[in-house]
Amino acid sequence: MSMVLFDVPGPKARVRHKIMAVVGIAAALAAIAYVVMRFIATDQFTARRLDWINYKQIQLSLVEAIGNTLSAFGVGAVLALAFGAIFAAARLSDHAWVRGPAAVIVEIFRAIPLVIMMFFFYYGLPVAGVKLSAFTAVVVSLMLYNGSVLAEIFRAGINSLPKGQSEAAYALGMRKTQVMTFVLLPQALRAMLPTIISQLVVLLKDTALGFLITFEELLRWGTRIGGDAVNFGRPMISVMIVVALIYIGLCLLLTWFANYLEKRNRRNKKVIHREDDKAEMLVLTSDANA
Amino acid sequence: MSVLTNNLDLFLRLFGQTLQLFAISAVLSLVLGTLLAALRVSPVPVFRGIGATYVTVLRNTPLTLVFVFFLFAYPLLEIVKIEPYTAAVTALSLYTAAFVCEVVRSGINTVPVGQAEASRALGLTFTQMLGNVVLPQALRSVVPPMTSTMIALLKNTTVASGFAVPQAGSIRDALSEQGDNVLFGLLWVAIGFVVLVMPLTYVQQVFEKRWSVAR
Repeated sequence: MSMVLFDVPGPKARVRHKIMAVVGIAAALAAIAYVVMRFIATDQFTARRLDWINYKQIQLSLVEAIGNTLSAFGVGAVLALAFGAIFAAARLSDHAWVRGPAAVIVEIFRAIPLVIMMFFFYYGLPVAGVKLSAFTAVVVSLMLYNGSVLAEIFRAGINSLPKGQSEAAYALGMRKTQVMTFVLLPQALRAMLPTIISQLVVLLKDTALGFLITFEELLRWGTRIGGDAVNFGRPMISVMIVVALIYIGLCLLLTWFANYLEKRNRRNKKVIHREDDKAEMLVLTSDANA
Repeated sequence: MSVLTNNLDLFLRLFGQTLQLFAISAVLSLVLGTLLAALRVSPVPVFRGIGATYVTVLRNTPLTLVFVFFLFAYPLLEIVKIEPYTAAVTALSLYTAAFVCEVVRSGINTVPVGQAEASRALGLTFTQMLGNVVLPQALRSVVPPMTSTMIALLKNTTVASGFAVPQAGSIRDALSEQGDNVLFGLLWVAIGFVVLVMPLTYVQQVFEKRWSVAR
């Protein structure tokens, strides 16, 4: 296999690579061993610290916490997709008085940190007499931020289609709405589906920011159980490992779904495949957030 | 307006702290991310595996969880005592490094294999190939997404406000303690971030237009 940086290895290089592999495995094992040693030395895995998992009450509260995270994700995702679709349509409008304000709104909501938005809705608005629950504050913030990012993704998807598509549709006598709904959107959505789903992974991770405004989600549950010094002697490490595994599992599930769709798309003859790496770069630019 | 003018020193000090947190984490994550990218494109499968595992784990974990780990769980391991500020920098750097790694890696991957093969055929050494052929091309496709990653880092510094590390997100605490109007205070914080982020977005778009490689 020839890669950009390295040629196909010869006999000497192969030996060198084998030695480096052994060194690499040894280093990784040493690092893991050190962490496990620290776990054992500070008694992280004693029966008392793992006892929390046996209580029915705690198991039920864990299910409830996951439910809260998932419902914030579900509602936030639906609202963000709707917000994104509306503002993408507005930004692609032929009328400058629609395009301009939509662009300003999208750019502004993309620039404000989610935490500040959540603070604004949860701590700021009560000053003006509007009291929102933590759940509403989280969901509205997720909608505004991720919706704006999704609007950009939708717009980029439609703009990345070859111009001939819309020109041909107009030449056939289609109206603006028809061109959009019958020609452009079906193609753009197929091409952009992996990017949209990886933005939804970001949205799922962002629900954990609800922790900062006392929204009872998975992470807050974890700090509550993990900080319990009276009953379980602060099992923070074991609880956080469980919480992290749940988050990683959920995100990987979504990512796997995105890859599955991408694979199915590749077989689909209706999709126009683009040679350049714009789509991948768009994924990279969109998913770097908390 | 009076919320801003009465607390101008507070706003300036805490936004300064945000920028400081951002600068330190940016440098650390760029270094670590580039090293990770070197692991991920290395010819040794074990190194690639280590890099891939790190990126998969960190990219699929919420940043808030990384913060919780370093501020609440790590001290229980009694390895080296670290200040909350150091813990925040560590969390931000480790988290962002995973994204930097992916950006650098895909930047290197956008350079066609033929470019490297041609330079090897011309007899260039590895360093010459890297310095004169591969990296100049890779850099161009790396800069726009890297700017986005750094913008995200700048915004992510606000997560530290849940962990008693002073930065722009903590302006709310200070204002509500003084009994000032939190609503307008937070609006000013939001405006502050828009002012900080907009020029970066603009620079990114300029680079994207000017540096797109015509292949």
